[in-house]
Amino acid sequence: MLRTLLQGLRSPVTEPVTPDPEIAALAANLDRAARRRLGRSLAIREVDAGSCNGCELEIHALNNAFYDLERFGLRFVASPRHADVLLVTGPVTRNMREGLERTWRATPDPKWVVAVGDCAAGCGVFADSPACIGAVERVVPVDLVIRGCPPTPMQLLQGLLALLSAR
Amino acid sequence: MTLVDATYWHEAIRCLAAGEATLLGLWGEPGRVHMAVFDNAVVVLSLDCPDGSYPSVGAHHPPAIRLERAARDLHGLHPTGLPDGRPWLDHGANPTGYAFLPAEGEGLHQIPVGPVHAGIIEPGHFRFTADGETVVRLEQRLGYVHKGIDHLLHGATLEQAARLAGRTSGDSTVAYALAFARAVESVLGIEPPPRAVWLRGVMAELERIANHLGDFGAICNDASFSIMLAHCGILRERVLRCAAACFGHRLMMDCIVPGGVAVDLAEDDSIRSLIDGIRARFPALVELYDKTASLQDRTVGTGIVSAELVRRFGAGGHVGRASGRDFDVRRSIGYPPYDRLQFDVPVRSEGDVNARVWVRIKEIEQSLSLIEQMLNDLPGGDVRIPVAPRRPGEGTALAEAFRGDVLVWLRLDSAGRVDRCHLRDASWFQWPLLEAAIEGNIVADFPLCNKSFNCSYSGHDL
Repeated sequence: MLRTLLQGLRSPVTEPVTPDPEIAALAANLDRAARRRLGRSLAIREVDAGSCNGCELEIHALNNAFYDLERFGLRFVASPRHADVLLVTGPVTRNMREGLERTWRATPDPKWVVAVGDCAAGCGVFADSPACIGAVERVVPVDLVIRGCPPTPMQLLQGLLALLSAR
Repeated sequence: MTLVDATYWHEAIRCLAAGEATLLGLWGEPGRVHMAVFDNAVVVLSLDCPDGSYPSVGAHHPPAIRLERAARDLHGLHPTGLPDGRPWLDHGANPTGYAFLPAEGEGLHQIPVGPVHAGIIEPGHFRFTADGETVVRLEQRLGYVHKGIDHLLHGATLEQAARLAGRTSGDSTVAYALAFARAVESVLGIEPPPRAVWLRGVMAELERIANHLGDFGAICNDASFSIMLAHCGILRERVLRCAAACFGHRLMMDCIVPGGVAVDLAEDDSIRSLIDGIRARFPALVELYDKTASLQDRTVGTGIVSAELVRRFGAGGHVGRASGRDFDVRRSIGYPPYDRLQFDVPVRSEGDVNARVWVRIKEIEQSLSLIEQMLNDLPGGDVRIPVAPRRPGEGTALAEAFRGDVLVWLRLDSAGRVDRCHLRDASWFQWPLLEAAIEGNIVADFPLCNKSFNCSYSGHDL
């Protein structure tokens, strides 16, 4: 067992992140007062509001050793009551509308909502379905959109870091 | 498709209830209900129901119950005799007013969980009734991520439909795209080029390895053994990066299309070094799993599913094979390129979390060998042929996704558009068994049991 443990430590795989200017520009418009109060540490609550689970796979990957989300002071929390940021995926189905609204109401202010993926942004393949409400912004106010089908972990990381660093 | 009358439909119900055949799927369209049955071959039976009702299969064969409730919600088809009148996918205007089945007794209490869970997972509701720590009953309520896929597929172009199929359950995008493409090709009577067939196999096995690695780590993590998640996370990330380098997308979405594959493989060096890398690291992790007593204590004997239940429900994938059901579409029904490759289908009989872990471990080893075989014999030539609408017709295809068999049935119209299409995830026949697996276990073991199944919410909710 010790051998396996040490092997894991021998060659670090964690990678540096280069900021994406496009996402940084988007995040620059975010509420400065909120950012001052939250500082450089964010608690994130993920909400799947109808995703195909592709976005969830890539959000999960943020926790692996290559991206190591926690080194930036970002961490996933188990309850919206502990969260500063809601990371919402999916084309918001009719059946998840109430779940999303209640999760949003349970999140204390100040809070940000990040819509993740093309479905959450409103341009996904499910856009015209009567079973879907559509983009996340039609249900709760959205502060930042990270597109992609699904967005790569690096794109997700750039988006989340832009939340922290844009002044 | 075989159009049958009510007498034949009743005979099919009798065969299913007697265990002479396995239910593969049941779905509807306005005025007609379809059922796919496996009995050495795949048969689709269709029954016209002009008055909107048909004899219920679920009344005699429980695996059909949720399928019939879904068909009633989606197409208004009434299964005559079905005892459960509650909706399934349609939550209506009052999503909280759902009548869970009663469980009564002194000291019993209920624990409602979801739809928004604590982890980064899909939404669904679990209603536990517990006696102290022990689960007496679990009832699931699903449908939260119902996106209207059947509806969107009606009238879709092949290109749109292929993209939808690939987004039915993102973790199985390759398997869905493969099953969809094969169903279309069977209608049109075309064969993709040999190189495309082999590349599809490579993608499907890469997807299987990535998912099994993720599950192996996540199951151990749910037993608080997080080092495994860290190691498996690295291996899984390497698989996805290799997929991105070879096929242009980490999950290989939209890489398989009707007529072949959308991307050719330029060089196979990165896949070969990926295989070498996994082979160098994975055995130590398996040994660590096998020799850590505190971990085994959580997985051995936990969440047992009986062989009889698995057989009756026709549960595929690691859920079925961990409980002795020796069924894998790649071999049991067979499709290229697997008919020309050597591989074992690992089967265990214990039916617990540990058995489902071991099936995954063995399947990872088999998939590595399969990819190697395919790369060694990879044919040259084109990877895609044009797909022109030629004739209307119906087609059915199955593919073995990492969690079990995906069934695709479709009907094309004369313009080459999809008239009707139904996609049936393996989860339909696994979710109900999770309710059985947790019975008598402690609440704290639910995450372990759940992850050892890893059913799809999106693939099920459509």
